[in-house]
Amino acid sequence: MSIRHGLLALLERGQMYGYQLRAAFEESTGSTWPLNIGQVYTTLNRLERDGLVRPLPEHEGGQRPYEITDAGRADLALWFATPISRADRPRDELSIKLALAMTTPGVDVRTVVQTQRSATMRTLQELTRLKYASDKPEDLPWRLVLDAMVFQAEAEIRWLDHCETSLVRHRPATSAGGVARAGAEHAHEHTDQEIHR
Amino acid sequence: MIEVGRPVLDLRDVHRTHGSGEAAVHALRGVSLSVVPGELVAVMGPSGSGKSTLLTLAGGLDRPTAGEVLVEGESLGALDRQELARLRRRRIGYVFQNLNLLGSLTAAENVALPLELDGVGVRAARRAAMVALEEVGLTGLGGRFPDQMSGGQQQRVAIARALVGERRLVLADEPTGALDSQTGEAVLHLLRRRVDAGAAGVLVTHEARHAGWADRVVFLRDGVMVDATVPLPSVEQLLSGSGR
Repeated sequence: MSIRHGLLALLERGQMYGYQLRAAFEESTGSTWPLNIGQVYTTLNRLERDGLVRPLPEHEGGQRPYEITDAGRADLALWFATPISRADRPRDELSIKLALAMTTPGVDVRTVVQTQRSATMRTLQELTRLKYASDKPEDLPWRLVLDAMVFQAEAEIRWLDHCETSLVRHRPATSAGGVARAGAEHAHEHTDQEIHR
Repeated sequence: MIEVGRPVLDLRDVHRTHGSGEAAVHALRGVSLSVVPGELVAVMGPSGSGKSTLLTLAGGLDRPTAGEVLVEGESLGALDRQELARLRRRRIGYVFQNLNLLGSLTAAENVALPLELDGVGVRAARRAAMVALEEVGLTGLGGRFPDQMSGGQQQRVAIARALVGERRLVLADEPTGALDSQTGEAVLHLLRRRVDAGAAGVLVTHEARHAGWADRVVFLRDGVMVDATVPLPSVEQLLSGSGR
């Protein structure tokens, strides 16, 4: 997603100037994506260069509103009509980190997994709390944004659980046998070596 | 009147071992956990990590091999069977995945049952049941039998039964069971509301999304508490970004 499409969508509601756009953007994303005013003006300049928005005469207060052009509307319609490709998203640092943790000597992968799970769980708690606090009908767009983040966090935790189960399964049979595991650290070493091969 | 600070549930270095010698299974190995009024704690962990054992010990349905369980300051180990049964009926509400509703009783009778068993008069118990059913959004359905209700409605009856009267400790084991996500969320909403009104709650779940409703999440692995999330900031702090 680009800020440009966000701004185009907001201008489709009617003309707005920079500060209004920033406030409306943050409102519609539930303040989960803070913008600084510099980003708004840089984006507006590019949109203007590409003919997707046009500046209007300045207000008395010195604010210059912008409006969307027909080309801008077409661009916006195309964006809504096109699914977002996984390849467009940034690389997932976490999966790379875990892959590296498994192949780096001296790193306890289960601790890396648990540290991340705890942090993501806390994010999930924060998101749930925000959702619980926003039960008015007009909060629906924001609740849906929060839901998206809830599902993403949940997916990440499920993946971490899966990683942990896989790590346990790869532990050599010699360290199994009792429910009381003797020396978790020892088991980690085995697990790491197992994965090295 | 909510007494802030004093834990409703206090597990102190609790151990639970099944069997002995070579075959001994150490379900819990030195778990300590305090839950204060207004606090919902979620317990997460893989199968066999001791989650459900923790809940049965907290509810006085089983006794620890070592360590102590206190409910509102009262040590469960010091109570005889009858005293323990009374404490369970009066102060502890359970919501299990398996609802345990009695099919031959109406929703209202199911909810009133723990009170009647406790010696509360039929009328007063029925009145309290109606209030509890209203709280879970089942106003007017008290006369239905469980098989005349949807899965979600039955789950709400089970919750009403857990909340009826003055229960200060609510224990829930995968309370959303096989419900769809909207109904499951409604169930957690009810649990959260009761806790916000001053109860203490423990929620055992393997669903991260459900644990998200808790104030604190603790992680169990092989009978040991390995980690916990830190307490959350307020909604205002979250919105202003200062809570992070």
